[in-house]
Amino acid sequence: MAGRMVVGSAALAELVRPASAPDPAGGHRVLPVRPELTGLLPNRGLRRGSTIAVGAGQPRRSGATSLILALLAEASRAGSWCAVVGVPTFGAGAAAEAGIALDRLALVPNPGPEWPTVVAALIDGVDVVVTAVPTTVSASVATRLAARARQRGSVLVPYGRWDGADVTLQVVRGVWEGLGPGRGRLRRREVTVSARGRGAAARPKEIKVWLPGDELTRVIPRSTGLGAATRPAAVPGAGRLRVVAPAGPSASAARSRRGPLTVVGSA
Amino acid sequence: MSGAPARTLLLWCPDWPVLAAEIVDGVPATDPVAVLHANRVVACSERARAEGVRRGLRRREAQGRCPQLTVVDHDPARDARAFEPVVAAVEEVVAGVEVIRPGACALAARGPSRYLGGEEAAAERIVEHVAQTCAVESQVGIADGVFAAGLAARDGRLVPPGGTPEFLAGLPVEALGRPTLTDLLRRLGVRTLGDFAALPAGDVLARFGFDGALAHRLAAGRDHRPLAVRQPPADLTVTADHDEPIDRVDAAAFAARTLAEQLHERLAAHGLACTRLGIEAVTAHGQELHRVWRHDGLLTAAAIADRVRWQLDGWLSGSNGRGGARPARPTAGIIRLRLVPDGVLAQAGLQPGLWGETGEERERAHRALSRVQGILGPEAVVTAVLGGGRSPADQVRLVPWGDERLPARPGPPPLPTAEPPPPAAAPERAVSTRSRAAASAPAPPWPGRIPPPAPAVVLPTPLPAAVHDAAGEPVVVSARLVVSAAPARLTVGTGRPAEIAGWVGPWPVDERWWAPAEARRRARFQVCLADGAALLLAVEGGQWLVEAIYD
Repeated sequence: MAGRMVVGSAALAELVRPASAPDPAGGHRVLPVRPELTGLLPNRGLRRGSTIAVGAGQPRRSGATSLILALLAEASRAGSWCAVVGVPTFGAGAAAEAGIALDRLALVPNPGPEWPTVVAALIDGVDVVVTAVPTTVSASVATRLAARARQRGSVLVPYGRWDGADVTLQVVRGVWEGLGPGRGRLRRREVTVSARGRGAAARPKEIKVWLPGDELTRVIPRSTGLGAATRPAAVPGAGRLRVVAPAGPSASAARSRRGPLTVVGSA
Repeated sequence: MSGAPARTLLLWCPDWPVLAAEIVDGVPATDPVAVLHANRVVACSERARAEGVRRGLRRREAQGRCPQLTVVDHDPARDARAFEPVVAAVEEVVAGVEVIRPGACALAARGPSRYLGGEEAAAERIVEHVAQTCAVESQVGIADGVFAAGLAARDGRLVPPGGTPEFLAGLPVEALGRPTLTDLLRRLGVRTLGDFAALPAGDVLARFGFDGALAHRLAAGRDHRPLAVRQPPADLTVTADHDEPIDRVDAAAFAARTLAEQLHERLAAHGLACTRLGIEAVTAHGQELHRVWRHDGLLTAAAIADRVRWQLDGWLSGSNGRGGARPARPTAGIIRLRLVPDGVLAQAGLQPGLWGETGEERERAHRALSRVQGILGPEAVVTAVLGGGRSPADQVRLVPWGDERLPARPGPPPLPTAEPPPPAAAPERAVSTRSRAAASAPAPPWPGRIPPPAPAVVLPTPLPAAVHDAAGEPVVVSARLVVSAAPARLTVGTGRPAEIAGWVGPWPVDERWWAPAEARRRARFQVCLADGAALLLAVEGGQWLVEAIYD
């Protein structure tokens, strides 16, 4: 009995701390991100009040939108509210697949000329504000918005050209896998992301992540015969699919591999 | 309860579904009209009845007997809506009306008969008032108990007090309105309510069960159910008239605050909370401006005042010109302001959390989003709901913030069951996924939908494109889904051609071919370009389109 008590208190030791103690590693000041992306960000997460820009890049590389979705996913899942401003082409299906809770995600597809007012109003109330940057934004407006985010404790994620961000993430390369000449289908993509910024993030970093990973595309419909007959286009080339996670003892092994993203290396 | 059943007056409008169709849809009830539900006649007009149309006939039979028959679909909501003015008219004469069903309402006869000088006088007065106010013909029956009064109303009879059992005894058992029981009674040789009432109550309960015992009590004239009297809805609207037209935002805000507090007090007095608020303003030139604000929490006095202020701000400052939904700037100041609580619900003890945190973030986010709605209009802030559908654009419906989140098409949640197990921090997510899957058990499978991963960029209007093969010829897909040659180059709009590194298709869809206006026959391709980009292409009628980008 006493032994169990000791084990119990040991387990609690990490969770309980005196009220006077400072937040460990920022505590609630940092919104979580996926483990694969922590290496890119100075506080291993989205620090409240910071500005984390995602550059579109020249020439444009595939993967920036997925990178934004991946950044939001863990925070949204943990209960944060997110807003996306000025992206009329937002793919909600991809957002849901990335793990974003759609009922806590607001979209303002066309803010129009009131863009600064809208973004400022959202910074007041929403934890993470993603915004496509209009081409006509002056430096003073950008600075004001960043200052407002710092003051209100929101995370501002401008998408496009933005000077003076704490961290700027850039997709260097994105390579899709799974599609051959006339066969296969898109399965996963290896994206190389670079990060550079100020202060703690001054040293440029580069990692490779799967965006999206193959955790969804690996799924085989349970009734293979029926599924192939009724959903010819949903599973094109079902006969060529390799069954990865059959039912049985290996299912638990499959679950442990089923992270939303997989680090394939870091530079 | 003991003693005799309450003396009941029942007002009955014959052929109410037909009359309702005339009142709401303008189908003349003097012509032969039949209201059908599930291909059976539910009600018909007098002329149709003269031609031989009866309840329960099939549509074909009814039309065979009466070729000029106008057929109307049965709509219980329409019947109820049309009956509302009749109930209001009855309430002008007497108090305490119970609506039995659309077309029939009952009230206690004792009060009106004493007040209006006799049961007959009361009945005449009510029928006359209904006829004058609503132009609806009705009949009245008075008897002991609602059941007997309903039967008396069919003949317009006033059954004398205590005469109800004799009145009922002569009626056939069909009057009970229980077809299976009636059928059984007829085969047992029980033909009238009197015969049925003569059976011993204990034996009836043993043989016919609880419902049979209830019917037995009704047949014997012992209908003890008291009237469930309708409470007239309370008028919660608050109005403020201003002698001097308001044309400045700060003055409007001041007016809004007092009005909001007044409304809040009135709601609180009824123990209600407001979820939808209509704000109406009338200008000195008679322009009416109206907008409904939704709120899925509780609208406090401050929240109401905020909304009124934002809206008046938008109107009076006249920063219009964008977003067609906004009304133009009024030409005169506002003289009347009205707050109409549209959706009210009983305030079911909404309490802040013990430590003040529960829902605080949610409150904050809602405030910010309502603020943006105040700037741009309610439709400018949306939230996405996933539903069924084949293309990425079909699966998503954008709902204005605060509206009910319903998908456009029923369907399985596009996420397959292999979603990674949710972390312990968000258990409500797991619950919602499961309940959604359970609720949509018979969900359509949407064969031919695009397999995951979903594209991160979905173009609202597809971009025209051109696809050429290695020899420079346009790639075409035949009606039998044969691709003329392997696609080699893609040109989007007027851009530069890009090399195609990988492709797959065609994945055909042939949607809604039964509705020519919405029919869509497409073949979709996934295409991977040499620079790493991946696109979802579609070809429809020989035209290539970029539907989505896997960005």
